[in-house]
Amino acid sequence: MTWTICGTRTSIRSAAAMGLWLILPILIPFLSAVATLLAWGQRPFQRAMGVLGTVGLLGAGVMLLDSVWRDGIQTLQVGNWPAPFGITLYADLFSAAMVILAGLIGLAVAVYSLGSMDADRERFGYYAIFHILLMGVCGAFLTGDIFNLYVWFEVMLIASFVLMVLGGERAQLEGGIKYVTLNLMASALFLAAVGILYGVTGTLNMADLAHRLGRMSAPGLTTALALMFLVAFGIKAAVFPLFFWLPASYHTPPVAVSALFSGLLTKVGVYALIRVFTRLFVQDVGYTHTLILVIAGLTMITGVLGAVAQTEVRRILSFHIISQIGYMVMGLGMLTPLALGGAIFYIIHHIIVKTNLFLISGMVLHLRGTHQLKNLGGLYRAYPGVSFLFLIPALSLAGLPPLSGFFAKLALVRAGLETGQFAIVAVALGVSLLTLFSMMKIWNEAFWKPSGEDDPPPTRSVPTALWLPTAGLALLTILVGLAAGPLLVFSMRAAEQLLGM
Amino acid sequence: MEILLAFVIGGLYAAGLYMLMRRSIVKLIIGLALLSQAANLLVFTLGRVVRGRPPLIPADADILIGPFADPVPQALILTAIVIGFGVHAFTIVLVKRAYQTVGTDDLDDMRNTDLNP
Repeated sequence: MTWTICGTRTSIRSAAAMGLWLILPILIPFLSAVATLLAWGQRPFQRAMGVLGTVGLLGAGVMLLDSVWRDGIQTLQVGNWPAPFGITLYADLFSAAMVILAGLIGLAVAVYSLGSMDADRERFGYYAIFHILLMGVCGAFLTGDIFNLYVWFEVMLIASFVLMVLGGERAQLEGGIKYVTLNLMASALFLAAVGILYGVTGTLNMADLAHRLGRMSAPGLTTALALMFLVAFGIKAAVFPLFFWLPASYHTPPVAVSALFSGLLTKVGVYALIRVFTRLFVQDVGYTHTLILVIAGLTMITGVLGAVAQTEVRRILSFHIISQIGYMVMGLGMLTPLALGGAIFYIIHHIIVKTNLFLISGMVLHLRGTHQLKNLGGLYRAYPGVSFLFLIPALSLAGLPPLSGFFAKLALVRAGLETGQFAIVAVALGVSLLTLFSMMKIWNEAFWKPSGEDDPPPTRSVPTALWLPTAGLALLTILVGLAAGPLLVFSMRAAEQLLGM
Repeated sequence: MEILLAFVIGGLYAAGLYMLMRRSIVKLIIGLALLSQAANLLVFTLGRVVRGRPPLIPADADILIGPFADPVPQALILTAIVIGFGVHAFTIVLVKRAYQTVGTDDLDDMRNTDLNP
């Protein structure tokens, strides 16, 4: 393969190296998946490959971010076809940060899978599909071509379909049908929207699209197109009122799969929303972005109220994903550098914290064999370590200082006050109180209240493969909180890049 | 031709959505297939339907002038058809497994994952 770099004046060798960093986050999961498939039946090798591949992905992500930070936006024309005719790979600070997070969550879940995935699922290609999912996610983060984005979405979706129903339990199949149907509808809508977009502009390259949409003199058509993309990506991001597939399905697969989905999949939807509504559809901000802001508020409220009504740990956490998506979309709706920076910070914080909460819920399942709050209890007395581990991400999710969630919300609230959007600020603050309430519900019911049975169940030990990723992610949550200043500066720079400032 | 295609696309969307809203999971598959075909046809039509004008630049010209059949939407549809084939094959197997495991083809009986136990 040959490649060229536009816009940089460096020696050919380092140019090739930079193109390499752009392609590696897609290539590494792909090669890992191929290696895993070739070694069909060799479980030790597949398990090792799960960890190795994600370590490689994380490393490639870090190198990509480093080169974007030093040299600015990176592009790669695949097959050496010049833009806007060929497919462009594109990385700015936001996409590079997302690739790192994908690698990080991939690594955490891969290690966690070593201790929690059952032998049957591993034998039937769990790790191969896992790598393909990561490839789809990274591809979606790195593409600069709207149809290519559709293709990566489909790669990601089909992998997630298989992971969702792998194992074939009754609940998985029931949840899987809803998940598959609603996501396929979103894909059909996305494809139609891309087709119309090409029909009116004659290009698929996102930079070129931004340019041509800006000069188009048909405001009605652009707004209609914008709303088609809003619905298509809104289903994938699980915003109000399009989220129903999420709470119906996320609690059904094994915990490692739930955690992977909760960390990455809806965030790809949010990422696509942010890409499209900062670069392409900014002609009628008064209409589209006000609508986004209203949706954000309703998403927060319905998500958190849904969570309050649930009594199963993973279902509570699933509803919280929806409510948290509202915060990210809120940042997009205000469309100022601080608001977008806050949204990016929120995504970083949320991916780490949410995955960790799901992983810890898996520890609870391992210890007690149930996710039902009414059957749980006494975990604090028996396992104080696990309990503290739960408290860190739970309090961070609710936004208690000095953890990461506090600073993410602070940035968004400040942006809201600066732009005079007081209603959404009030909603955000109220929802964060309800989040705290519902995290405390899990804490009280599962950890604090005395165990229901007269003689407590025998104490079990938690495998190291479950401790390592959860403790690592909890440590990272604290670090994000402590390094909030520099990270916010980074998020602001990423936001300014997104807005083209 | 465009008018006719527009009606066909609209009919496909309507039929697809109608099928999706039925209770049988077999009709769910048909609905999804119709929806994706409607989207494919929409992309095809938006590429402007032109007869007998391939996108080739004549020897005595530098650029194409006048309407020509745009190959890009057709390439997009080809990709979308291949993806749709894979996805629908998966959906059919999923629906069959769900039917075998749950023992019903009625979507209204598949609400266990939505209810609080």
